Amino acid sequence: MSFISIQGLTVAFDGTQVLHGIDLEIGRGEALGLVGESGCGKSVTWLAALGLLPGKARVGGSVKIDGEELIGASRTQVERVRGKRIAMIFQDPSSSLNPVHRVGRQIMESLTLHRGLKGQAAKAEAIRLMDLVGIPSAATRIDLYPHEFSGGQCQRVMIAMALAGEPDLLIADEPTTALDATIQAQILDLLSQIRAETGMAMVLISHDLGAVSAVCDRAAVMYAGRIVEMNDTAALFSAPRHPYTRGLFDAIPEIDGDRGRLKPIHGTVPDPRALPQGCAFAPRCGSADTRCHTRSPEPQAGREGGLLACFHPVAWAVPLMTSPQGIPA
Amino acid sequence: MPKFILAKLARAFLTIMMVMTFAFIVLRLSGDPAQVLLGPDAPLDAVIAFRERWGLNDPIWKQYLAYLTQIMRLDFGVSMRSQTPAINLVLERVPATLALTIPALILKLGIGIPAGVYAALHRGSLADRGVIMLSIFGFTIPSFVLGLVLVLIFAVSLTWLPSGGQDTYWHAVLPIITLSIGGIGILARFSRSAMIEVLGQPYIRTAMSKGLPWRDVVWKHALPNAAVPIVTLVGFMVGALIAGAVVVESIFAWPGVGRLIVISVANRDLAVVQALLLVIAASMVIANLLVDVAYGLLDPRLRSKRAAH
Amino acid sequence: MTALLLEARGLVQQYDTSRGLFGRATSVRAVDGVDLQVNRGEILGIVGESGSGKSTLGRMLLGLERPHDGQVLWQGQPLPAPYSAAWRSLRAQMQLIFQDPLAALDRRMTIADQIGEPFIIHGLAKGAEAMAKVAGLMARVGLRPDQAGRYPHELSGGQRQRVVIARALASSPRFIVCDEPVSALDVSIQAQVVNLLRDLQEQSDLTMVFISHDLKVVRNICDRVAVMYLGRIVEEGPSDVIFSDPRHPYTQALVSSIPKAGTGLSHRVILQGEPPNPAARPTGCAFHPRCGAADRACALEVPVLELNRGRLTACLKLRATGAQAA
Repeated sequence: MSFISIQGLTVAFDGTQVLHGIDLEIGRGEALGLVGESGCGKSVTWLAALGLLPGKARVGGSVKIDGEELIGASRTQVERVRGKRIAMIFQDPSSSLNPVHRVGRQIMESLTLHRGLKGQAAKAEAIRLMDLVGIPSAATRIDLYPHEFSGGQCQRVMIAMALAGEPDLLIADEPTTALDATIQAQILDLLSQIRAETGMAMVLISHDLGAVSAVCDRAAVMYAGRIVEMNDTAALFSAPRHPYTRGLFDAIPEIDGDRGRLKPIHGTVPDPRALPQGCAFAPRCGSADTRCHTRSPEPQAGREGGLLACFHPVAWAVPLMTSPQGIPA
Repeated sequence: MPKFILAKLARAFLTIMMVMTFAFIVLRLSGDPAQVLLGPDAPLDAVIAFRERWGLNDPIWKQYLAYLTQIMRLDFGVSMRSQTPAINLVLERVPATLALTIPALILKLGIGIPAGVYAALHRGSLADRGVIMLSIFGFTIPSFVLGLVLVLIFAVSLTWLPSGGQDTYWHAVLPIITLSIGGIGILARFSRSAMIEVLGQPYIRTAMSKGLPWRDVVWKHALPNAAVPIVTLVGFMVGALIAGAVVVESIFAWPGVGRLIVISVANRDLAVVQALLLVIAASMVIANLLVDVAYGLLDPRLRSKRAAH
Repeated sequence: MTALLLEARGLVQQYDTSRGLFGRATSVRAVDGVDLQVNRGEILGIVGESGSGKSTLGRMLLGLERPHDGQVLWQGQPLPAPYSAAWRSLRAQMQLIFQDPLAALDRRMTIADQIGEPFIIHGLAKGAEAMAKVAGLMARVGLRPDQAGRYPHELSGGQRQRVVIARALASSPRFIVCDEPVSALDVSIQAQVVNLLRDLQEQSDLTMVFISHDLKVVRNICDRVAVMYLGRIVEEGPSDVIFSDPRHPYTQALVSSIPKAGTGLSHRVILQGEPPNPAARPTGCAFHPRCGAADRACALEVPVLELNRGRLTACLKLRATGAQAA
């Protein structure tokens, strides 16, 4: 049962359309991955949904949370949803915290706003949250400033702040991209642990397919402002149908097995000001024909479940990845 | 006392000493005070007696040493013209100057900063463009032109306000306006860009995404960060409180520090010019120290950098 | 046939942090005693997290920074002092490619002019000959001839990195240090550039040091890998060996931190604690505060690199188990 429903969401900056109608449903407690390369619109989707885009952005379509429309809603209406129902964390944790305020104050601000906690009660709860996200000696470090924390710990503070409103959905926008490998692992671990404990839904926006597959139940692949494929993580990762999804998987070097040449996707992501006619991926696609260059494929439910926007999907039977034991991963 | 304060004070002292030394040398190279004060027709023995009396015949290093020992005793010399202590001449002029510059500073802060912040918050609007245009006008027009234009309009044509002197409060109105216009323009422009920069920072997006009402985002998250660069500029303005009105005082015949500078330099009244420079340098150095303190209060990153010292 | 091209002996780099007028100067060791051999025609990977000293090491290998201690030998001869005449002439043979191509390129010059610049600097070619060579280089790195007159901002990130690579190749170098060359690129473009580097290496028998935090890319392109932690090499050996069977606890954590599609988080070694900070180096083995296997000895003794199952490791616990096994 979905409590967030996005329908036909479009975004344009200065007359250039960057989001071409996104349809997405998110169920309670579900973890959805949004995958794609830079500029594909995966972050813009959620910034638009929460009204966080700059004023010059033109947003159309519909985003409903439990039936309540957010697009075109008044500022106070949207502000009531932000942080309380939908919280967000970002790519660069160190600059996402206000440098002139103590981290405790920044967490307590959310607690006061969303749960009416003040004074000692707010402080105690902030310390509890910092403990929860794994910041050692939280009781003393609550009075420190963001620059006194490492990048990984700033992300933990951001997560604590997001949890302060007890949201139904957490949007994690590239939460580990700016962090070192071992710290990335810690943060991903923390996010899935928190999801398991609180039962909140999560959207993980990432270009890291591995991270998405490790944390999410379902994943959507975006290209040039559209969702081109969406399915359960297991199905999507074992047998991607869209040539772009398949290309993304093939382009990633493997950590075991063959060390041969990589299989890149040829060409580059199209400029949103000059999108090709038809399917935006057609110029880079090996199986594109004249139809692909003239008509844009609509997302359709696949036989195997999920959604797919392609006239010439990759054959279903091709197994993509096998683990060393020979079991499909 | 924290080490960084000691270091700052040492640097401040050095700065003042350098200004004093520079002034001392330049003044002595730029003309003979005896000739200037006594006039071109003065008898030779009068000139010689004058030079003897003020020690002007000694080699310059000897004069400099004498001057230094004098200063160490907090004795800033005597005016060659009026025979009164130079520092008294300077200090008695300070209140008159501050009577212009402090109200002007209040106007600069009170109008410039809000105008800039408002423009930044309504970027691209008609008000924003208005603020940009007026601020460019403000800081490009030279104060002597502005002063004369204001006199022509309000004193000569409309005769609403006096054109010069210090007799009533009304006399201060035109000088204060002349003094403040440029600063308002600069501050508005500067506050606008500081605010726009801050509004584009990721932590502002964070503050919005946690559901804070817009006015809290602005007041609690954007303004405290935008204040850091603005304080630098305000510091300059505070530093110029004593010395910043030379032109305007001349236009409006206002008997302040600025007028004294012009007169004493013209007369080669060495002790007075030196005392003036000392007071001006000290006021700027103090303003700088205040800016440093303000930085520490506003930005914890700078505070902890110092704690590491 | 392995012939030594470049050798680092006991390299140390430390930076003094100035503490103002009355403060005491302290020093931070970025690289703390690195021995490394680079063989002709191989691609050597250097991996590590921020603060591991991998970029500093790369710059010292090129002679761009003078080491605080130790030396770099190029074909058996010590590297000349940075910015000396001898160093300049050697520079044609040694090049650096780093992460941000936009910062490496001049915004006001066309890409053809920038690719041809080394010809002029090193007096290698001019006029029509230089233009022909530029066209040849552009073709080699996969740039179209019609892009010659473009400016850097008119190209995509991947294309800019190709320009940087073409310029590095202009002086026919024998040795290239690539510092995070594909980290800023999208996955699909990253693969294009990695393949390009592999092809170039094969075609002209280049020797490369490939610095990256991306283990998958390093494994794909590098013959040999050195893993760094807080300025020291903790494990070094052939890529296949290191990634299929990491022995050092830090390498094990690094390898297991790579999310694998479809496997969830359960199998992973999650390291506790903070990333390494060169300003606060732990005693003994620098990794011991985050290491699951560490004991008291690890806090006291600094482990040295020694041979262990076909690779070098610096770990007291491995030495102990190795001795038992033997």
